[in-house]
Order: sequence, then C-alpha cells, then structure tokens
Amino acid sequence: MLTKIVRTVANQLILFIVIFGLYVIVHGHITPGGGFQGGAVIVSGVVMLLAAFNSQELKKTLRERTLSIMESTGALIFIALAFAGIGTVFFYNLLVGTPIFGRVPAIGPGPGDIWTGGVIPLMNFAVGLKVIAGLSAVVLALALFSGGEEVEE
Amino acid sequence: MAALITHSPILIIAIPLLAAFLTLPIGMASRKARNVLVMVSLVFVAFLVFALARDVGINGIHVYTLGAASPDLSIPTGFMVPVRIILEVDGMSVFFSIIWVIVSLAAAIYSFSHIASETGQNRFFTLLLLMVTGGFGLMFTGDLFNLFVFLEIASISGAALIAFRTKFADTQEGGFKYIVVSAIASLMVLFAIGLLYAQYNSLNIATLAQLIQYTALDKIALALLLIAFAMKTGMVPLHLWFPDAYSVAPASITGMLVITSHACMYAAFRICFTMYGGVINAPVVGWIIIIFGLLTMFVGVTMAVFQKDVMRFMSYHAISQLGYMWVGVGVGLAVLGNPALLATYGRDAMSGGIFHILNHAMYKPLLFFTGGALFHRTGTRDLTKMGGLAHKMKWTTILYIIGTLSISGIPPLNGFSSKILIYESVYQFHPILTITGIIVSILTLASFTKAFHSAFMGAELPEYKEVKEVPRSMIIGMVILAAGIVFVTLFPSLIVDWIIHPAADALIDQGAYINAVTGAIP
Amino acid sequence: MMEHVPLDFPFLAAALLVGISFYIIIFKKNLIKLIMGIALLASGVNLFLVSLGYRAGGTAPIYTDVPEGPMVMSVPQALTLTSIVINVAVLALMLTMVIRIYRHTGSLDSEKSRRLKG
Repeated sequence: MLTKIVRTVANQLILFIVIFGLYVIVHGHITPGGGFQGGAVIVSGVVMLLAAFNSQELKKTLRERTLSIMESTGALIFIALAFAGIGTVFFYNLLVGTPIFGRVPAIGPGPGDIWTGGVIPLMNFAVGLKVIAGLSAVVLALALFSGGEEVEE
Repeated sequence: MAALITHSPILIIAIPLLAAFLTLPIGMASRKARNVLVMVSLVFVAFLVFALARDVGINGIHVYTLGAASPDLSIPTGFMVPVRIILEVDGMSVFFSIIWVIVSLAAAIYSFSHIASETGQNRFFTLLLLMVTGGFGLMFTGDLFNLFVFLEIASISGAALIAFRTKFADTQEGGFKYIVVSAIASLMVLFAIGLLYAQYNSLNIATLAQLIQYTALDKIALALLLIAFAMKTGMVPLHLWFPDAYSVAPASITGMLVITSHACMYAAFRICFTMYGGVINAPVVGWIIIIFGLLTMFVGVTMAVFQKDVMRFMSYHAISQLGYMWVGVGVGLAVLGNPALLATYGRDAMSGGIFHILNHAMYKPLLFFTGGALFHRTGTRDLTKMGGLAHKMKWTTILYIIGTLSISGIPPLNGFSSKILIYESVYQFHPILTITGIIVSILTLASFTKAFHSAFMGAELPEYKEVKEVPRSMIIGMVILAAGIVFVTLFPSLIVDWIIHPAADALIDQGAYINAVTGAIP
Repeated sequence: MMEHVPLDFPFLAAALLVGISFYIIIFKKNLIKLIMGIALLASGVNLFLVSLGYRAGGTAPIYTDVPEGPMVMSVPQALTLTSIVINVAVLALMLTMVIRIYRHTGSLDSEKSRRLKG
C-alpha cells in the first residue's frame, strides 16, 4: 500500500477515469472508441487502484464471483441482441427506424448524432461490460498470483 | 424446419457460444444442470449439422449473409462486390463439421467423469464450448479474416485447457509451447491477410479466388499461410511442440486437439484449392507437400518406437498419420492442372486422404481416451510401470484393441479402407510413396502391439489390485467413437459415395464456390 | 513535412520489428524475453496492417465534421483492433503459464525448466 496522498488522489481520480471510459464506450459509433477501447480505459483505472492499494485490499471490493457474473451477463446480452433479429437474419439490425437508437443519418459528412446506429450502441455496452469484468479479473488474478496466492474456484 | 436449415450455419456457431456463457452462472447453481446444458446443446448442434449436411448434399452450396435483409443476399443492389460477413458451406465444410461434432460430443461426455475431481470445472466446460465454437466458425467461414479470428478462439481455448491441471509443471510447459506456436502461426496468417487485402481490396475467399493473379506478393502470402497452417498441424520439421502439448493435456482435450489439427488442414486445403486454385503452380506446391508429408510419416513413427509415456507415444503416431493425409491430398494437388490424370487417380488420392481424415478422427481420439482411462485409474502415464490391466479394465482393453487394429490398417477395419485407397492411387503417381506408406504401417502395428503388451498383458501387479473399470461416462464417450469406427467399417462405400466424394469434388470445383457467392441473386 | 518521409518508411519499420522479433524468438532462452518477442511480432504486424491503409493526403475515416478530401482505408484499422484484442488475451495467458512454470521449477531459463524431453 502506498502513502496516504497517493491513496486519496487515486480515490478521487477513479471517478474521472470511469466517466471518460464510459464516454468512449457510449460514443463508439460516431467517434473512435467502442466496447473494448472504453473498457480498457476503465481497466487502466483499476490498475491505478491496484498500484495505490495492494491486491488484498482490492480483492475485498472486486469479488471474483461478482466479476464472473458481470462477465457472463455482458456476453449473454451481446448474444441475445444478435439473436433478436433471427426472424430475418442473425445479427440483423432490427432497431433501425424505432425510437431506440433508430435514426438513419444522411450519407456523407455531418455532425455526429448519438441516437443512430440501431443495435450497435447496445452491443457496445455489452462488450464494454464484459471487457471491464474480464480484464479486471485478469489483472487482479495476476497481481494476487505473483504475490503468492492461488485463486481457486 | 426449412427455416431451421436456412439459419443452421449460424445456429451451429452461435449455440455453443451461448451455452459457453450460460455454463458459468448455471454451473455455480448446480453441477447436474450444467452437465445437462452442455450435453443438450451439443446434441442439438449435432442434429443441425446432420440436417445441414443432407441439405448441402441435395441443394448444393449453402450461403448465409449475416445482417442482410435475407440470408442469401450476398451482393445487395448497387454493390459490385460481396459485402458483410458471409458463411459458405460446401461439401468439404460439412465433412469436417460432422467429424467435429461427433468428437466434441464424445469429448464432452468423457470429461464429465475425467475431471470430476478437479477444481474449476465450470471454466473447463466454458472453454470446451468456446473451442467447439471456434472450430465450427473455422469450417463455415467464407472470408479470410473470420478464419483468423476463429482460429485464434480455438487456439487460445485449447491452450488454456491443456494447462488445466495447474498442480503439475509439465502441463504448463506443454500449454506454453502450444500457445507460442499458435501465436506465431496466427500472426503469420494475419500478415498474409494484410498482403492479400492490400492488393485486391477484399477479404472474401470467393472474391479473392476470382481476382487473384499470381504476383510475387501472392506467392509470399501463400508461403506464409501454408507454413502457418503446417506449423499448427504438426508437419515435420515444425512438430517439436506437438508431443509435449498432446501428452500432458487431459485426455478429452487431446482428442479435441487432434481434430483442431484436422481443422487447420481444412484451412490449408481451402487456401490451396479454392482460393489459389486457378493460378497456383500445382506440381511444385503439390510435390513440396508430398515430400514433407513423407518426412512426417516417417519421423513420426520412428520417434514413437522408443517412447515410454503412453500419451506421448500416441501423439507421435498422430503425427505420422497426419503425414498420410498430406500425401494423399498433395498428390491430388500435384495433378490438379491435368484433367485426365485427375480423373484417373488424382480424385481417388484426394478421396483417400480425406477418408483417412475421417478414420483418423474416429480412432485417434479413441486411443487417447483409452490412454486417459489408464491415467485416470493408475495415476501414471509411464508404460514401464503399468502391467496386467486387462484383468480389471475389460472395456478399455477391447476399445484399445479396436483402435490399434484401425490405426495399423488391418482389414476389415476402417483404417484399412482409407489406406488401401491412398496406396492404390498414389502408386500410379510415384511408387516410392506407397512403399513408404506400407513400411510406416508395419512399424505402427509393431509399436502398438508392444505398448498393448506392456500395459495390458502380463500378470496383475500388486499396486493395481484395487483398480476398477473407469466411470460410465468415460466409457460412453469412448463407445461413441467406437460406434463410429464400426459404422465406417461396415459401410465404407456408402460413406465414400455420400460424404467423401462430394468433399473431394467440392475442393476440385472452384467455380461452384465462387458462383455461390458472387452470382447469388436475392 | 510528410513529403520528406518516403511512403515506404512504415513498411521498413514493420519489417524491422518482425525481423528483430524472429531473432529474439529463435535465439533467446529466457521465457520472459520470448514473450516480449511475441509482443514485438504482434506490434510489427499491427503496424504493417495500419500503414497499408494509408492513402496520400487522407484524413481519419470518421464522418463527424470531416474536412474535404480523401480518407484513409478503414478496414485495416478494424483488423488491427481485433488483432490487438486477441493479443492481449494471448499475452495474459502466456504470462500466467510462465509464472506457474517459474513457481514449479524455480527457473526462467527454457533449458533448465524443461521437463518434457524426447
């Protein structure tokens, strides 16, 4: 565990990092970004917390069971969205035209409209959830592991 | 029912993926529910695979476009080239997917008891189902980049499963070697994909088959792709990781790794025959494949003769049998440009190689499963320490005998049918190939008999007095594969007419593959 | 400024990275160095993929408030992104296995920690 200054600053900064990561996830269909990129930003925040506090402390907050369930939920939402259009074809973008993310933008340059894209922003959320849970579990497991502890089932 | 068959290519890929991620929450609740989920999903996928196989046999190549307005709309109005991710299922894909689903089902049922005493079983089944997804995606995909992605999915899950038993050091070493080889092979494939995309601006295999000219960069891409897939199937001289990875994995995973090697052979055939089919320098590439195939056959069996570890011994034999398949299909490739020779013996050589893939996928996982059964009950893989196990483990002994007779090519079992097809057709190409094949076959029989004698025959040893037969689910897993062997033994010409010849024709006939995607009218 | 750099420069850099990484993978014995070699190979291939999409004078392929002119190709960027994600998973897996090998055998040298021979 590092000094009190580092711990306090880390506790304050994690909020901004999470907000920035969520911004990158949500705007994935109009600016560079998306599920994996935003998730990786948030995981870098988790790594900052891991460096400030040690891994035993962090294990009490990020329990392994919670991360497992979050990861499976993200993947299941993604597959459920893919199956939703199976009436036509798998992965069919059935939200085009509906009020949820359904506006069709004009072809060519223009200001980005966040309410476009159909199923794609929802899939970005699901992938972001999965990446956060998965990569945090990997980082936490490696930190605990090199400290000498085994993470059992 | 017709709708189910129309959507079946993507359902076959998506249902194991769905089941993989459902396994974790359901497994945390109840163990039996998880086992039921795994088995039900694989049985349903098996039903879909056979329905799709019958449909492809009747109606021809099956194309599925993800995300379009209708499943076969590969070129929408106003576009000149196919867009979107396209799955294309022809005779060859269907053949490999039949093998894949049967062995996956047997491996999953075998694993119910084999890893019952280990921790982390939920993750095991998640990874197993992910590996199944990766394999199906590899076989059904119609564009190169999806080939890369599904290859990586199968490789990463496979490596994690090899290193599943974390208490031992040698499993970690085997898994590490597997993931290093897979990573290097996949990065080479990605480099080749980049080279091809840069020239032709398309990733679709059918479009590339139309546009490809044999420039210098294309030759480099072909060399990279073939070397990468040869590395993954264990062709000599790139085979050094193969016995290490196969000997330490849990036995059901070794069975899955065998068919992963076959899937990488499928990818190599798809590239050589379908993508480069019209422009490839067939005699040169064919001869290179034949020479390395001969080397593989020979090195595999000679290294196997003095092994003491039973799984390592069987994995060297797997290397040598893979050489037979390369030789058979290599002869077909070498005469690809010559229609007269192709009709005389080229098609038969390819059919022999492909039939050998089917037989190998039946008897090799069976032999690995029996090796795993020996490990499960005696706790050791060392043949010198085992002895006299035939008294107690009767089922395992009988299944091992069936596997041995198959691999050595003893008539009337299925190994003989495919080997005689290979011998007769490659003899007309060049006699030395047949002679080497027969010598390797004799050495195979000799080494397997020695191993049988060492493990099963002899007096009962005192330390194995309370050894019983293996649990029922392991026997059911092995019996599924043995039933496949018996079926192919009894009806070889049926199998050849219905499955093997369509697969060989699908490889030779490049035009039908291209027309299915680019000539498709909504 | 961009006119003074010949267009082949990124490809030379990618080839150099791939060459160095093959040298490391074949000749170095330390397992951690082997992993670094594979990471370098991945970087080299990713650089190659991104640089083959470049079109002279192009801007980023984003339609939001884009200036006039050609755009660079966007498909190789998608391929590179997928490749980065896959390599993260592969590297994490390799590091875990190396930690376990070190714990069981006490050595990071690929000759000394070898248990499977023949």
